Amino acid sequence: MSEVVELSRPVPAVEVVDLRKEFVRRDKKAGRFARKRRAAISGVSFTMQRGECVAILGQNGSGKSTLVRLLSTLLLHDGGSAHVFGHDVFAEPRPVRKLVNRVSVEASFFKKMSAGENLHYAARYYGMGPRETRVKIPAILEKVGFPAERRTEPMENLSRGMQQKVALARALLTSPVLLLLDEPTTGLDPRSKLEVQEFIREVRTSHDSTILLCTHDLTEAEALADRVGVLDRGGLLFLEPVPAILERFGVETLEQAFFAATGRAFEAEVDDDDDREVFA
Amino acid sequence: MRALAGTVRTELIGLGGVVERNIYLTRRYIWWDVAFMVWTIANTLTIVFIAKGIEATGGQIDVNRATTTLLIGAVVWAYLGIVFEFMTETVAWERWEGTIEYTFMAPLSRAMHLAGAGFFAVLYGLLRAVILFIVVAFFFDLEMPNADFLAAFVVLVIASLSFIGIGVMTAVLPLISPEKGAQLGFVAQGMLLVVSGVYYPVEVLPTWMEWISVISPATYALDGIRDAILLGQGLETMWDEIWPLLVIGVVAAPVGLAIFRRGEQYAKKHGKLKRSG
Repeated sequence: MSEVVELSRPVPAVEVVDLRKEFVRRDKKAGRFARKRRAAISGVSFTMQRGECVAILGQNGSGKSTLVRLLSTLLLHDGGSAHVFGHDVFAEPRPVRKLVNRVSVEASFFKKMSAGENLHYAARYYGMGPRETRVKIPAILEKVGFPAERRTEPMENLSRGMQQKVALARALLTSPVLLLLDEPTTGLDPRSKLEVQEFIREVRTSHDSTILLCTHDLTEAEALADRVGVLDRGGLLFLEPVPAILERFGVETLEQAFFAATGRAFEAEVDDDDDREVFA
Repeated sequence: MRALAGTVRTELIGLGGVVERNIYLTRRYIWWDVAFMVWTIANTLTIVFIAKGIEATGGQIDVNRATTTLLIGAVVWAYLGIVFEFMTETVAWERWEGTIEYTFMAPLSRAMHLAGAGFFAVLYGLLRAVILFIVVAFFFDLEMPNADFLAAFVVLVIASLSFIGIGVMTAVLPLISPEKGAQLGFVAQGMLLVVSGVYYPVEVLPTWMEWISVISPATYALDGIRDAILLGQGLETMWDEIWPLLVIGVVAAPVGLAIFRRGEQYAKKHGKLKRSG
């Protein structure tokens, strides 16, 4: 009941202020036992309104996944703050967890278990009893286009596209008001990619979800998001609607805007990638 | 009050989810478990045959009693192995499959998550312990005319609270060292049993080890089970074993949870939850 009250307040869906996260890593150049602190996220600030879809673009190692992990309560921050529907992500992780779910680049499942089994036990962690899941799981699998006859097949027998559909079903099963999508279409074949993107569009219209989409697919970001931001070496360079970005840099495409903002081509790897790959 | 009842219900459903997941996994890997059971039986036989071996080489011992004593030690060893393995796998297996982040970002409390893992470990461990005991006992045609098996079973169940508490402490190790942490569970198992008189009375240990045996729950579990099976003692005469088990259990469970939470904080601070990190 208290959650409903909280949700009815006019608070932003996500409010991130000067968020910082550093990791301590070995410094090979300075010696065998030397350590250095590297900023994965440095001074990131942004706000998302309820029902909004925001895309964060960035190369490998730019800090996208670190940002998603911070908002998912899977990492502790080193400074700044993050609130989800008014709840402090780091001080009140439990209410945040009830509101958030996530789809990551790897559709992580128990591979020997079937799609149905993976969804059933995962739903229990969100307090969904057997009576509820018996109805909801077949319905949600059907909705994501997962064939009913394959529900009892081990996940390891399914294609990556199929596994990603089950991952979407797992995230939506708990009716999250904030959906964190961390490169959900990376590695998918073009058809599966389009299906997943179509489903994300449908989630926006049929569910009351706010979506943070982290991707390195410029077209996907432009097609799905209300606003697009660029995360580069842990810093958020801008977060605006696409027309405003193009106008700001006087360019015609997001790729050109990225080049104008960073001085690098979007597809180019960052030169300190070896150090930064752990933040991906 | 209604909110509290709702929270309790949600938590219990979550606990059930952990048990449900482990049932699915056990079903999927059932033939591997059967193979592991065969290995456990073989391993137990190598220990229990020692009693007959001593007699065959001229030693003067009560073979039936010595065999039963060794069998109880081996069964408790195997039981503890299963409990610790399941508890350690709570993190290690999930980390390997990549599901750990989804489990740790779910609103289920860590206490219920670990309680679910412990509950299944105890159920499964007890089932295996009973099968192991029966199979090996028939193998040696052991006579246990006075045995109070129910009392022995209850002692093992009571001891399980402590074992889960210690198991939770070992479960945190894969969070700190993803590569080698899980194997340290076996170290904890060995350390616990060596001071607890697993195949011998604790009186034969050096004094300093004997002191440590006082705080080991396995000491009281082994004593109680041997008293029940060899001497036929009932629970009413075993208070000396039961109260230390209850005290150690009441202390070990929250201490284990606190240690696990510290480990979880460490993993979240250093980014150790993700599979490749």
